[in-house]
Amino acid sequence: MGVAGRWHIARSMVSWYRGKHVQKAIKDVLAFTILTLGAILFVAPFFWMLSSALKLPQHVFSPNWIPNPVAWNNFPDALTSVPFHIYFKNSAIIAVASTAGTVLSASLVAYSFARLRWPGRDTWFAIILATMMLPGVVTMIPTYILFSRLHWVNTFLPLTVPAFFGGGAFNIFLLRQFFRTIPMELSEAARIDGASELRIWWQIIMPLAQPALATVIIFAFNGAWQDYMGPLIYLSSEDRYTLQLGLTMFKAGGGGIPMWHWMMAASLVVMLPVLVVFFVGQKYFVEGVTLTGIKG
Amino acid sequence: MAEVSAARPMREYKRPFLTPWRREALTGYAFAMPWIFGFLTLTLGPMLFSLYASFTSYNITTPPRWIGLGNYSFIFLQDPRFRISLYNTVYYVIVKTPVVIIVSLALAMLLNMNLPGQRIFRTIYYLPTVITGVAAIFLWVWILNPEGLLNRGLGLLGIRGPNWFYDPAWAKGGLVVMGLWYIGGPILIFLAGLNGIPSHLYEAAEIDGAGTWARFWNVTIPLLSPTIFYLVVTNIIGAFQVFNSAYVVSQTAGTNPGDPAQSLLFYEVYLFIRAFKGSMEMGFACALAWILFVIIMIVTGIQLWLGSRWVYYES
Repeated sequence: MGVAGRWHIARSMVSWYRGKHVQKAIKDVLAFTILTLGAILFVAPFFWMLSSALKLPQHVFSPNWIPNPVAWNNFPDALTSVPFHIYFKNSAIIAVASTAGTVLSASLVAYSFARLRWPGRDTWFAIILATMMLPGVVTMIPTYILFSRLHWVNTFLPLTVPAFFGGGAFNIFLLRQFFRTIPMELSEAARIDGASELRIWWQIIMPLAQPALATVIIFAFNGAWQDYMGPLIYLSSEDRYTLQLGLTMFKAGGGGIPMWHWMMAASLVVMLPVLVVFFVGQKYFVEGVTLTGIKG
Repeated sequence: MAEVSAARPMREYKRPFLTPWRREALTGYAFAMPWIFGFLTLTLGPMLFSLYASFTSYNITTPPRWIGLGNYSFIFLQDPRFRISLYNTVYYVIVKTPVVIIVSLALAMLLNMNLPGQRIFRTIYYLPTVITGVAAIFLWVWILNPEGLLNRGLGLLGIRGPNWFYDPAWAKGGLVVMGLWYIGGPILIFLAGLNGIPSHLYEAAEIDGAGTWARFWNVTIPLLSPTIFYLVVTNIIGAFQVFNSAYVVSQTAGTNPGDPAQSLLFYEVYLFIRAFKGSMEMGFACALAWILFVIIMIVTGIQLWLGSRWVYYES
């Protein structure tokens, strides 16, 4: 091949590169634009909520994003129109108790499945995974009957005690996956030193599993804080209501006409702890989902 | 004699009952016991009782009365609300699943590109996923109000938006729109799947002259098929069990569960009404629950069978 031939190849390679380059730049700009528009659509509801929560009732249907005047009073008014502090206290008690139960029992069970050998272990683990597929309604009614026989209906016990029995298949699975990544030599060394399994679990594995535990805590807290069906079924008197049930009182309290400015103000306050938890622990969500979701 | 004396010391040395192996097995069972106990009392026991109760007439105050297939024959042959709720649920599953899968895959592919601000984008797209309670449902009833934010936005584009939760023909569509806000989980799982595709495959395809579209169909889709399969299966199982959003929406926009005009009467909403409203027909509701369970198992089974044909597993 002569010089001219080589020159030709080099030139066409350069133009090919340039063409690709331009193509890629256009593609990137397009992708970035779509992502930005999508992101605006995803966050707009939050700002609309805040905007509606700060409008006077006669302005609540106006298309303005900036309320004028800003009705700061909506927040105290909405939160005192129903016994909000009682709902808040109830939700907090239930969320904290069931989160504690979930973390303690799920980690104990996960320890057994990840780091101890016992006959039947793999069968039981398969059953754990199978329960993830079971629709909750199949067990819901007999469980309700059981708790009503125990006189637990209209107490917090049906919403907290079950968390102490393993904390759900998802959490056990997540922690087991994580526990398996911790080197076995650590446990063996501790065993030689005479440590009991309970001690190894609490003093070696738990401190090392903090990221996974944080994930479980966040998911469990969010789940309990935002649970609707459980309180709907089990709590009947208003002084036992959680925030989720309390929120639905706004519709009933408005005499048939939804009080949107109050509903948005109260909803925002109820969401706030979840938003705080999300921003504090956002990386744990990602870890939790990827740890259990991939390679389905 | 020599034999006896040799055996003596052996017999005196008794093996301890708790060998290290046995000790570990016992500890293993003990640690797993909270879950095993919970499984027996709160899952297996209730499952069996629920199966039994489905053959009875039972409303908690009176003892269950055996009626054989009475509940089932009523449900299958005479119950209009069973048919409506099953129709609504299947409609919702069929519309929502492909929408969620396609949109979340598209967004995941964009989020997987080498662009500035990807961390912030991922955070924003995941954020709504954590907000699942009544507050978020209120927010969406408000946004999908006939004169709400969404219809205003559509109006700017010259589209007259429907009445969403106030129109029986559009109420389920409203739930699907709301569901699009909750695709952070599928996006994350798709991102993990996309990360697992070796880049040399794309390079090889490019050298062979494959364009973007050809690479998408011949590299991305086959290698992502296990992820797609997993998400389709789990999303269908989830969509069959829709309850919270439908129940709260229908009572916020309308008055009765299932409003408007029974268009949001989903399977579990109907089940809940039968079990906990009015005369609390627990036996009947248990029959409904088992029918749903069997439907979900059949649908999942069919998918596993079909999946073996289209899902590509690298070996």
